[in-house]
Amino acid sequence: MTRSCNGPTTAGVPAGACTGCAGSQPPVHAAQPLPSRREFLCVAAGCAAAATTAGCTDLTHTGWFRERFRDLGADEKAGILADLAKEHSERFHKPVTVGAEPPLPGVEFGYALDISRCIGCRRCVYACVEENNQSRDPQVHWIRVLEMEKDKGIDFAHANAYYDAEKVPRPGHFYLPVQCQQCQNPPCVKSCPVGATWQEPDGIIVVDYDWCIGCRCCMSACPYGARHFNFAEPEIPAEQMNPKTHYLGNRPRMKGVVEKCTFCIQRVRNGRYPACVEVCPVGARKFGNLRDPNSEIRYILEHKRVFVLKTELNTRPRFFYFYGV
Amino acid sequence: MRIALLLLPLMGLVSAACDESHVQVHWSHFTQEPGAQTQPEESRIEVPPPPFTEGVFPCTDCHDPEIPTNTKRRPMKTAHTEFTLKHDEEHRWCLDCHDTKDRDKLHLASGEVIEFTESYRLCGQCHGDKYRDWRAGVHGRRSGQWNGHKTYLLCVHCHNSHAPAFQPLKPEPVPVRPTERKP
Repeated sequence: MTRSCNGPTTAGVPAGACTGCAGSQPPVHAAQPLPSRREFLCVAAGCAAAATTAGCTDLTHTGWFRERFRDLGADEKAGILADLAKEHSERFHKPVTVGAEPPLPGVEFGYALDISRCIGCRRCVYACVEENNQSRDPQVHWIRVLEMEKDKGIDFAHANAYYDAEKVPRPGHFYLPVQCQQCQNPPCVKSCPVGATWQEPDGIIVVDYDWCIGCRCCMSACPYGARHFNFAEPEIPAEQMNPKTHYLGNRPRMKGVVEKCTFCIQRVRNGRYPACVEVCPVGARKFGNLRDPNSEIRYILEHKRVFVLKTELNTRPRFFYFYGV
Repeated sequence: MRIALLLLPLMGLVSAACDESHVQVHWSHFTQEPGAQTQPEESRIEVPPPPFTEGVFPCTDCHDPEIPTNTKRRPMKTAHTEFTLKHDEEHRWCLDCHDTKDRDKLHLASGEVIEFTESYRLCGQCHGDKYRDWRAGVHGRRSGQWNGHKTYLLCVHCHNSHAPAFQPLKPEPVPVRPTERKP
């Protein structure tokens, strides 16, 4: 499944005709109602010769004639999910499920990481890769563990993500894992010109990979380096592929789209902890419902010394760091 | 915005949030009257079995209850030589935690005899802040459901009770640098 197979050129529309129409479209803000893709394409098709529409009858999930996933009706979603499950099951030679579990009512997810306990062992990085079907080659990691010197404090300019050690923690160092901060005021969402990424009611920022045009505006907008681009066709060994997937989360991606941490949307919307929380050998990672006053996350916010990264940018992360000791 | 407004007063009250009633609730476990043999049912925590070294439990397999225990503090020479106590070893030794009479049990400072499955209460006598956080689900690993049944671990699942400092680990592989990627 590559982007090239659903482009207008292969659909038979002359590239020149479409470029002209696309150029006349105003920049689209995520919060504004987007022009219907169907309407746009009808115009585009009209611009082109009628004969060129022969290839535009692809009505599958990658087809041009559909709305964004979040705007679809239940029947259309079910059809798309079934198509995807079939496609991935054939590709990976095992039964793959593609879910679209909705947000739970009264839930807003929050995450807290105890930097007084993290030892920098990178177990979380690779648990995330396995759970979320990131590309092994070229390597895509949603979590980056930064090593910093205790003498310098939190200092991104001198942080090292490529530390190599026989044993961790190394004396005189501490570790600060960084992943998507699931901001309440997310610059990535604002920067997306096509509305392919948005904030769900439970606070998770998601990407519709079938809608992403790969412009990487969101990557440059994110102050945390939390978004990652598939520069090449992602490679996942079939035996290592996690068959329990979510449309907005860990389903296999294609070349040319951006991906990011979703707090393991396929797990947390079913009540489970994210993979990185479960794997952490020192219990530095904590997760829960910010709206539940009895949750672990609220206990941390109310009793511990808590901070967020780059608070001056007013991104208001839902990912907190704290000192548990 | 909602959360920020919600948290702002709470974060401002960090010190006030640890109010006396909160501390009392937890410290009440450590200040029981001698002879008090039970604690309220709701404060017990479900934990997996303790991680005993194979063949070491029950202790009475070797420690015959009929033979009186030598309570004299001394270095171990004939048995239990496989570990060195590195846990306030200047002040502590075996029978501060292991019960003298019932060799398959532990005891608290109060004299209350407890099972190995409740060893967190023993640890909590000195490490009250960690015990409080552990009970709240903040210290230590947690698995299960964030909105439902949670699985706790005993202190000794992660900390060797005789040398409790967390041991360094070998890290997972270094990520590929962007400059090392294949073209």
